[in-house]
Amino acid sequence: MSYNTEKAQGGLLGWVDARFPLTQMWREHLSEYYAPKNFNFWYFFGSLALLVLVIQIISGIWLTFNFKPTEAEAFTSVEFIMRDTEWGWLIRYIHSTGASAFFVVVYLHMFRGMMYGSYQKPRELIWIFGCLILLVLMAEAFMGYVLPWGQMSYWGAQVIISLFGAIPIIGEPLVVWIMGDFLISEATLGRFFALHVIALPLVLIALVVAHILALHEVGSNNPDGIDIKKHKDENGKPLDGIPFHPYYTVKDLVGVGVFLVFFSVVVFFIPEVGGYFIKYDNFIPADPLTTPEHIPPVWYFAPHYAILMSIPDKLLGVLTMGAAIGVLFLLPWIDRGKVRSIRYRGLGFKIALFAFAAAFIILGYVGTQPVTPMTTIIGRICALVYFGYFVFLWVYTAFDLEKTKPVPERVTS
Amino acid sequence: MMKRFLLIAMLALAPLGASSADPKDGLEFSADPYDTDSIRRGAGLFVNYCMGCHSVELLRWNRMAQDLGMEEEDVIENMIFGEQEFHDPMMSSMDPADGEEWFGIEPPDLSLTGRSLGAEWIYKFLNTFYRDDTSDVGVDNLMLGGSSMPHVLSSLQGMPEAVRDDDGNIVDLEVPEHRQGIMSPEEYQQATADITNFLAYAAEPIKAYRMQLGFKVILFLLFMTVIFYALKREYWKDVH
Repeated sequence: MSYNTEKAQGGLLGWVDARFPLTQMWREHLSEYYAPKNFNFWYFFGSLALLVLVIQIISGIWLTFNFKPTEAEAFTSVEFIMRDTEWGWLIRYIHSTGASAFFVVVYLHMFRGMMYGSYQKPRELIWIFGCLILLVLMAEAFMGYVLPWGQMSYWGAQVIISLFGAIPIIGEPLVVWIMGDFLISEATLGRFFALHVIALPLVLIALVVAHILALHEVGSNNPDGIDIKKHKDENGKPLDGIPFHPYYTVKDLVGVGVFLVFFSVVVFFIPEVGGYFIKYDNFIPADPLTTPEHIPPVWYFAPHYAILMSIPDKLLGVLTMGAAIGVLFLLPWIDRGKVRSIRYRGLGFKIALFAFAAAFIILGYVGTQPVTPMTTIIGRICALVYFGYFVFLWVYTAFDLEKTKPVPERVTS
Repeated sequence: MMKRFLLIAMLALAPLGASSADPKDGLEFSADPYDTDSIRRGAGLFVNYCMGCHSVELLRWNRMAQDLGMEEEDVIENMIFGEQEFHDPMMSSMDPADGEEWFGIEPPDLSLTGRSLGAEWIYKFLNTFYRDDTSDVGVDNLMLGGSSMPHVLSSLQGMPEAVRDDDGNIVDLEVPEHRQGIMSPEEYQQATADITNFLAYAAEPIKAYRMQLGFKVILFLLFMTVIFYALKREYWKDVH
């Protein structure tokens, strides 16, 4: 453990350190940030989310070189990138695959947090920043999806924006305000482009910084859900902690390698993923006069869309869909459990979390299918399970019904 | 119990049995981006039979020539009709407005049809024209009922007639003796496969190269992952 412990004084680094806390930051966040040594598979997804963010920002910058946010040119400029610019096809597929990959890793990252109680005290703010990241990411993905100006871009935007029209009194003017016109048009495209490439990425980066700062303030949770700061050595270092760098930087590199293999399989072999990542109808230019028969949401919005569709009333549906995200913010206060990790929690918690995850996945499937009485029934059941999880968790923990197992003093390997 | 199960199974399978007489059966198709010969033949057929009306505006002549190994002189001499340069997109010489007047609808650009409707759709479409005297263009199509497109390949295939069952459902398409084309059914299927392969290529010219490159990239990443894993093992030796 001799990494970077000697004081840098001379040379260029010393000159910088006298003017900027470079070495101090390196230590606080990497070489002397003590992370529990028992991170498992589920702990790869945080660093992977950061990787995808970087991939999206860099590939996105290159796409803006040639993308033209006008009604006449948006669609063909994307195909121009795909055909007539050097490596444009690769950059475009990286960006379109990255959008879906972002949600894959973020959903898994959040599930990790739910399994190991990473949202519980004292990590409530980390969780809230995380939920805000999800919310901004959804807006970012939605607006990005509109830019290629294909049929699904156009009509998907039509469906989503019209949801705001369900709000009483201000609904209709709100829809016009969002679109900047009385229908989705170049005005909408232009503002979505600006928001997608500048405004929302800035917010996203700020939130990610806040998320990580808050994490490093209180320290990482771990699969045992116990506090590693309780047991320290004579130097005040946690006995069960290891410096993030080099231990987790090299470990996360393995995760990056495996992730990039899967990522490349999609980019190089199945960029559309059977219509789930890129919809086939989006190879038809936007046509305001031809409504597609079926306007399915992209897969990462499908669970929320299925919840919306399971409610017969539009306004109630929109509110319920909003509540499906909103309730996540309250999770740290809904769960009054005495232990964090699923390893030591009651059977009820395990069953409920499994049911929640299953319901989310089934909602995702149902949401991409054409609406039938069957999908509506399945959607309703799963929506009940989704919200039921939070109700159950509160009753289960607030009334002390949970029979927890004894929690170890030190992390288990 | 068993009897009831069998009955249900038979009832459930009955519609499958009935639909086995669908003339579209046996027309499953998946495009082969590596079959350059087929794509090249398809390009030739497309230029001769389709480009009178349909453009492929997102594909340039020189890009096609380069990808399919064609000579510039050959393309200019044999494929480009009218005032077009070698680096121009493959535009039909027909004025879209004329098309709308003649067919009631502007013939669509086919640059991305291989991706929006898919190769199999195109292949089935080209193979399911049949004579229909009630239609303005004299034909109808099983994939696109009421289509205003004439059967431009009828000189090759001949003009199929619909064979109907007692309920009037079309169960087969047959070319009668007196309406034969210059191709045998097998030759016609190959010709339509070639055109389909060309349109699939036009929809994503980079596809073959993309997949070839993919193997190399993934091999490299697997190699790097092994190294990363060895690095991780080495660093983590002293963590207990």
